Amino acid sequence: MSGNTDSRVGTTYSLPLTLWISLFFVVPMAIVFLYSFLTRDVGGGVRWEFNLDAYAAIFKQTSSGQFIYLDILWYTLWMAVAATVLTILVALPCAYYIARTKNNTLLLFLVIIPFWVNFMIRIYAWVAILGQSGILNEGLMALGLIKEPVQFLFNDYAVLLVLVYTNLPFAILPLFTTIEKFDFGLLEAARDLGATHMGSLRKVMLPNIQGGIITAVLFTFIPIFGTFAVPDVMGDSNTYMLGQLITSKLKMTGDYPGASSLSVLILILTAGGLILYTAFQRKQEKDKMVTIAEDAL
Amino acid sequence: MKGSEVRVENADKKFGDFHALKSVSLTIKKGEFFSLLGPSGCGKTTLLRIIAGFEEPTAGMVYLDDVDVIPLPADKRHTNTVFQNYALFPHLSVFENIAFPLRLKKVPFEQIKEKVTRYLQLVHLVGQENKKPNQLSGGQKQRVAIARALINEPSVLLLDEPLSALDAKLRHQLLMDLDLIHDEIGITFIYVTHDQSEALSVSDRIAVMNEGRVLQIGTPFEIYEAPADTFVAKFIGETNILDGIITAHNGRFYTIETDQLGPIMVTSDRKFEVGKKVRHAIRPEKIDITKEKPEGLPDDFNILHGKVSESIYSGFQSQFYVATDQKLPFKVYQQHESYLERGPAIRWQDEVFLNWDADDGYIVELI
Repeated sequence: MSGNTDSRVGTTYSLPLTLWISLFFVVPMAIVFLYSFLTRDVGGGVRWEFNLDAYAAIFKQTSSGQFIYLDILWYTLWMAVAATVLTILVALPCAYYIARTKNNTLLLFLVIIPFWVNFMIRIYAWVAILGQSGILNEGLMALGLIKEPVQFLFNDYAVLLVLVYTNLPFAILPLFTTIEKFDFGLLEAARDLGATHMGSLRKVMLPNIQGGIITAVLFTFIPIFGTFAVPDVMGDSNTYMLGQLITSKLKMTGDYPGASSLSVLILILTAGGLILYTAFQRKQEKDKMVTIAEDAL
Repeated sequence: MKGSEVRVENADKKFGDFHALKSVSLTIKKGEFFSLLGPSGCGKTTLLRIIAGFEEPTAGMVYLDDVDVIPLPADKRHTNTVFQNYALFPHLSVFENIAFPLRLKKVPFEQIKEKVTRYLQLVHLVGQENKKPNQLSGGQKQRVAIARALINEPSVLLLDEPLSALDAKLRHQLLMDLDLIHDEIGITFIYVTHDQSEALSVSDRIAVMNEGRVLQIGTPFEIYEAPADTFVAKFIGETNILDGIITAHNGRFYTIETDQLGPIMVTSDRKFEVGKKVRHAIRPEKIDITKEKPEGLPDDFNILHGKVSESIYSGFQSQFYVATDQKLPFKVYQQHESYLERGPAIRWQDEVFLNWDADDGYIVELI
């Protein structure tokens, strides 16, 4: 009886979210998926004819044998992995410190404060810092360390720096939550059982905060993989990341199927990666099962 | 004996302003089941953590079989700990939790399996090996923790209030199991608890602690029957305290003129001078309670008259709070040794007589 009422209440309560997600997530995804199989029209729209051209384009070679899109994909993947790894490496000690601090409200507040400023403004702030007449160059010149302004902008390092900066809160927060929940008494138990300090962190802490690390990786890797604003402002104008390519297809050439096929590609790569990872985890778990034979007793 | 002797000399520990341990010295014999007993904040856990290597004493020495272990970190000492909150690794199965120390030592899997199986049997957990800690009951969790702490074959097992999170029945069961395991493997057990009945029932010896000091070290019998001071007398079991001045003394027999009850008789093997102020204690279960005035008692019996102000029936016994004629509250326990047809004979508000043998009283200390 009560179970019945409960589930009905559950349905009612989850209705707004279900509607919201269906309308603004499932439907757009379906449209993107559908568009990727349609034919590009001259006016910047689509014709309702089934067509795989948009996918074929991904594997198209130039006359010199270069895979343009695959090269961009490879470059994007590399940048995203590098930025994610850097973000996690910076976020981990930071989250650890916050979780271990007793009165951490202020520290958490400081992590969240950047969200009060518009995303684009935060990116351009870095131009003001790193630019030819930016604070850094001015400062270095004033100290006499350099004579001419150095070009810090428009390269991969500038892109990575700002990617790490903009994504840090998304990594710190989930890491903080899991580390805060971690029972540090377990490290003592590990030491007691013979683990060294590093051993206890690696064998006990790491596996127990793994969930937070995975969330942090997802929260940073996925947005970075599709990012376009940061490389647009900070990057070399001759290199493209996948997000920039999609944006340009939409805005410059009006190639909706092309943009859609690339979006589907991003989706497949990230979702596929996740599925493989969970399958791998399950298998590991299963391999660890032991059977103690009855005759051992 | 596979166990180690543990010797603590003048161990002192300060946490900021808090003086947790005040120059504690004790020697725990090889293979002994030794309890550190005291109320929370008495320093018992701090002492255990110092022996385990989780804390460094501010001053003092700790020896395991005459080896100074202070410079050794926890992972290098032949001690293992069973923690109050179990401290099982949530990401590992029961099997892997117990195998953890062996995995660290890179023992071949066949040997690990064989040994873990043996310890699973010891703690009666065969069949649970693939479960995760969150699928176990509290008692099972603590069994895993015990097996995990023992698999390294430590020479000293440290138990930090291991049963306090369990319900009474389970606590008793596990305590008996611990006692059996101790008998079976014969290493030194150091058992921290605030529960005097736990300590009394399994320990070879007990150190009673309060406010960072060891007040008394002795067998459960010594601690219960001959408490070293008022704190121990009150902390272990229940007791009735009577203060008075010694007025006469004839061999083992002392007469104490108490403030409220007049003269009472007590025997003591220790020497006390006439005129000294002493504290006398009598356990509630050693007092007889009757409705009629007892006749024909020898003259070394003490007799009081009073009224039952509270009566608690608890099956095997009744607990009475008796207000004596002098308005002094007395605790008296009466065992129910035979079938009670009409319930307990003595009830609330009954007029009663209390009597006890001078031999059953005890002079705790000079005050």
